[in-house]
This record gives sequence, C-alpha cells and structure tokens, in this order.
Amino acid sequence: MISDWTLWLEWFIKSLILIFALLGGFAYLTWYERRALARIQTRIGPNRAGPFGLLQPIADAVKLVFKEELTPAKAFKFVFFLAPILTVVPSIIIAAVIPWGRSINLFGREITLYLADINVGILYFMSIAAISVYGIVLAGWSSNSKYAMLGGLRATAQMISYELSLGIALVPVILLANSMRMIDIVEAQSSAWFVLIQPVGALIFWIATLAEVNRAPFDMPEAEQELTAGFHSEYSGMKFALFFMAEYQKMIIVCAIMAIFFFGGYLGPGVDQFPILGPFYMFVKIFLLLFAMIWVRATWPRIRYDRLMEFGWKILVPLSLVIVFITATGILLAEEFSNNLFLWMIPVVSVIVGLIPVVMVYRSLRRISYERA
Amino acid sequence: MSVLDPIVELVRGLWVTLKSIGEKPVTFQYPEEKREVRQRYRGRHVLKRYDNGLEKCIGCSLCAAACPSDAIFVEASENTNEKRFSPGERYASTYEINMLRCIFCGYCEDACPTEAIVLGDNYELSFTDRRSAIYTKEMLLESVPSQAFLTPQKVEPGEYNRSVPEMKDPSD
Repeated sequence: MISDWTLWLEWFIKSLILIFALLGGFAYLTWYERRALARIQTRIGPNRAGPFGLLQPIADAVKLVFKEELTPAKAFKFVFFLAPILTVVPSIIIAAVIPWGRSINLFGREITLYLADINVGILYFMSIAAISVYGIVLAGWSSNSKYAMLGGLRATAQMISYELSLGIALVPVILLANSMRMIDIVEAQSSAWFVLIQPVGALIFWIATLAEVNRAPFDMPEAEQELTAGFHSEYSGMKFALFFMAEYQKMIIVCAIMAIFFFGGYLGPGVDQFPILGPFYMFVKIFLLLFAMIWVRATWPRIRYDRLMEFGWKILVPLSLVIVFITATGILLAEEFSNNLFLWMIPVVSVIVGLIPVVMVYRSLRRISYERA
Repeated sequence: MSVLDPIVELVRGLWVTLKSIGEKPVTFQYPEEKREVRQRYRGRHVLKRYDNGLEKCIGCSLCAAACPSDAIFVEASENTNEKRFSPGERYASTYEINMLRCIFCGYCEDACPTEAIVLGDNYELSFTDRRSAIYTKEMLLESVPSQAFLTPQKVEPGEYNRSVPEMKDPSD
C-alpha cells in the first residue's frame, strides 16, 4: 500500500506530462508528416500559419472542434459514441510502460523517467495494442454504412494476421534480454543494439507495426480509393479527431517501442553521466523512425488485400518462427560453449534464412509472368 | 532479373523518393509570388484603344455572335465628330461580358475585325454574387495611353471614316 503522498503527486505530474507530450506530439506529428511528405513530393507543405506553418495543428484543431458532428440516423448511437473513446484511450495508456531514461535527481528526490515499471511490459504493450482494434471494428459496425463496415472487417482481419508475427518477432528480443521488463531490455542493449543481433526480427516487427497502426502500404481499413475513408467514413468533428489522434499517437508509441526493443531505447553516448540525455535520445530515435514511416508512405503503393493476407500468413509468421528458433539456438550455443561468437552467428544465419522468402516471392512472381506470356 | 529483385526494386523506390527531398519545390507562393503567364494565355478580356486614345471596338457584335456560351452583350450607338469614341460610324455604348458564362475559348478575339477585344493575362477573377460577375465596358476597357485623350473626343470631320484598320498577320 502506497501511503506516501509525494509519490502520488509524482505519478500525477508524470502522467500529466506524458499525456500532454503525447497530445502535443500528435499535433506536431501531423505537421511533420505533411511537411516531410510535401518535401518528398517537391512541394513545400503547410507554411502559412505561423513561422514554418508551426501553428497549423492549432488551426486544424480549432477547425475540427467547431465542425458539425453528424450521427447517421440508423447508427447504433451508444456504440457509435463509444468507439472513438475505445480507440484513443489504449493509444494513450500504452505510453505508461515506455522508459524515457534512467532515473534523475530532482529536488533531492530520485525520479524515474517512466510511469510504470511492470515486469511484463511487452505483454502489456501487446494486449493494449490489441484492444485498440475494438474501437475500429465497433466504429465500422455501428456506423451502419457499407464502407465503414468493410473497413472495420479489414481492420480485424489485418490485426489478427499481423498481431501474430508482431508477437513472435518480439520473442527473440525477450530471449536476448532474458526479461520482459522494458528497462531490462534497454539495458541489455548497452553492448550491441538488438537490431544488429536480430535484423530480420526488427524488419518483421517493423512491417507488422506498419500493419498494426494501419499505415501505408497496409492502410487497407481506410483505403480512400476503395472505401472513401474506411471505418471512420461516418465520423466528423471531434469524434473524427479522436480517431485521427489515436492513429498518430499509436504511430509515436510504436516508434518508441521499436526504439526500445531494437535501437537501444534511451541509450546513447554520454547517457551514463547525464541521465537527462535519455529522453533526448529517445526523441531522436522516434523522430527518425517516424520519418521512415512517412518515407514508406510516400514511396510504396498500397498492397492488394489478398496479397496482404498471403504475406502475413505465408511469409511473416513462418519466418518469425524460424527467427525465434535461430535466436534460441544461438543463445544456447553461446552459453554452452561460453563463446560470444555464436551470438554473432544469429544475424548471419537470420539474414540467409530471411532471403528464402525473397527467393520464393521472386519465383512466384516469375511464374505469374510466365502464365501471362 | 535476379533473385534479389523483389528487394532491390523496393529499395530503389525508396531511394528515388529520398533523392527528391533535395530537389527545389515547384510550389509558387501564390499571392506573393505570381506565375508569369504565357504570351497567348487566355485570361480576362481587355478592350483595346488606339495610340490616340480612340477605342478599337466598333460595336459590330461579331464577338457576341461568335461566343459559344452567349456571354457577351453589345449595344452599339452612332459616333459623331463632336463625340467620337471610335473610328467609323458606330461604337459600343454597352459592352458586357458575363464571366460566369465565359469559357475563355477566345473565339471573340478571333471574330473581332479591329482586334479590339483581346484575352489578357489577368486570371484573378473572383466575385461573390452574380451581379458582380458581369464585367462592364468601364471594367474591360484599357487605360488611355499617355499623350492621348479620353473618349469621347472632338475631332475634325472626315478624319476617321474608315472603321477597320489595315492589319498584319499576328507574329506570335
């Protein structure tokens, strides 16, 4: 039982900071994405509201708040109202387990730079991320519209398919860190980032998270050309803003998780002397990973739905299982012979195994082109 | 085709988009920075004048006849030597173009025997009601060249009997 009121105060302040940082991050992520996309398409992007268009998110927010909110006449009103909340809440509370750095000393008090240090951080992340799909499905269903319905269905199918490989791709990380605590995982990477030891696992995780947050090229639930706006077709005003917020906050969160699991989290030069650098390194890593997401969106077209499913089930799931096996074997051999060289066999073997599906894709593509000829 | 093509092609796509970040944006910051229009751009109509200030338009209504969307309305009146607007017998006392109807095809320009109506370079046409979409003669007529007089002018009799001037083929 916690009776120390200062601890409660500390938690309260940290949660407030975290929530406001996420909200601000969401607002400026939209700006960042629009600017970066514009640059890739040799445009300038929003630059009118304030210097460099920095006030654009505020203008957008004001617009969205004052927009008329429509509820379709035949919608299931209660669920229609509940769905955006169910989507946005998980995207905020995932952030509770993310460590932003080691503890710092402030006002003669040891303050930890994370909200909750639970020993099953990975499971927490997985389960909360899975909950957020309910909001999308319920939104699609309660709108009573065919586009929204199809979007919701696609979201479920996609989430089920890619959640599997997402979870399995995390097993190598758990094995390498020998823990499910986020902080242990970060500290285990002080000698080498896990992306170096398990690059294929990182790639699978990255692809699966793109599918998980419905980003291009896996944005089937909201494919504009086919489904107008997918599951949120019938939403407008602040309810739409909540879906939008959830999507972008999830982007930030999965990039933070990616940074923690594979890119050394808050670790970086000088972080041992100055723990305050931890959040800074996290920010830089999240920033770069977000750029990668935007970059992918600007480059690749949306994948066809049957190919999305085939890719998920026939390539990613088997490959991630093989990756787990290779990692486990490598760790076992390294411990058996107390030789770290076996640890470095993992990336080599993984990459070689990772080329097998590439060959398979190549062969199947060639087969298709022969049939056409 | 090599075995690695599925990956090589994806990475090449990424490289193309990454390279384009360094390119100069093609955006024009519109209200501050305006784009030069082409020489033959078909913008808002301008009614031209001769160097001495007389209007080129003789009120023949050929532009109105040529207009496929019936956007032009011309009403002609007689010129006198005391009150002369244009060479020849008649001038346009009313000249209106409905910009909501105009499709900027330039047929009026082709039909004009005196090269009086020309589609200019002004593309900033905006109005908030139907009434102000009708551009009158005062709005369309170009300003008087320097060292010339406003119309109507008082001229010597017999000076401006010919209404259609000698013209050469357009060069551009």
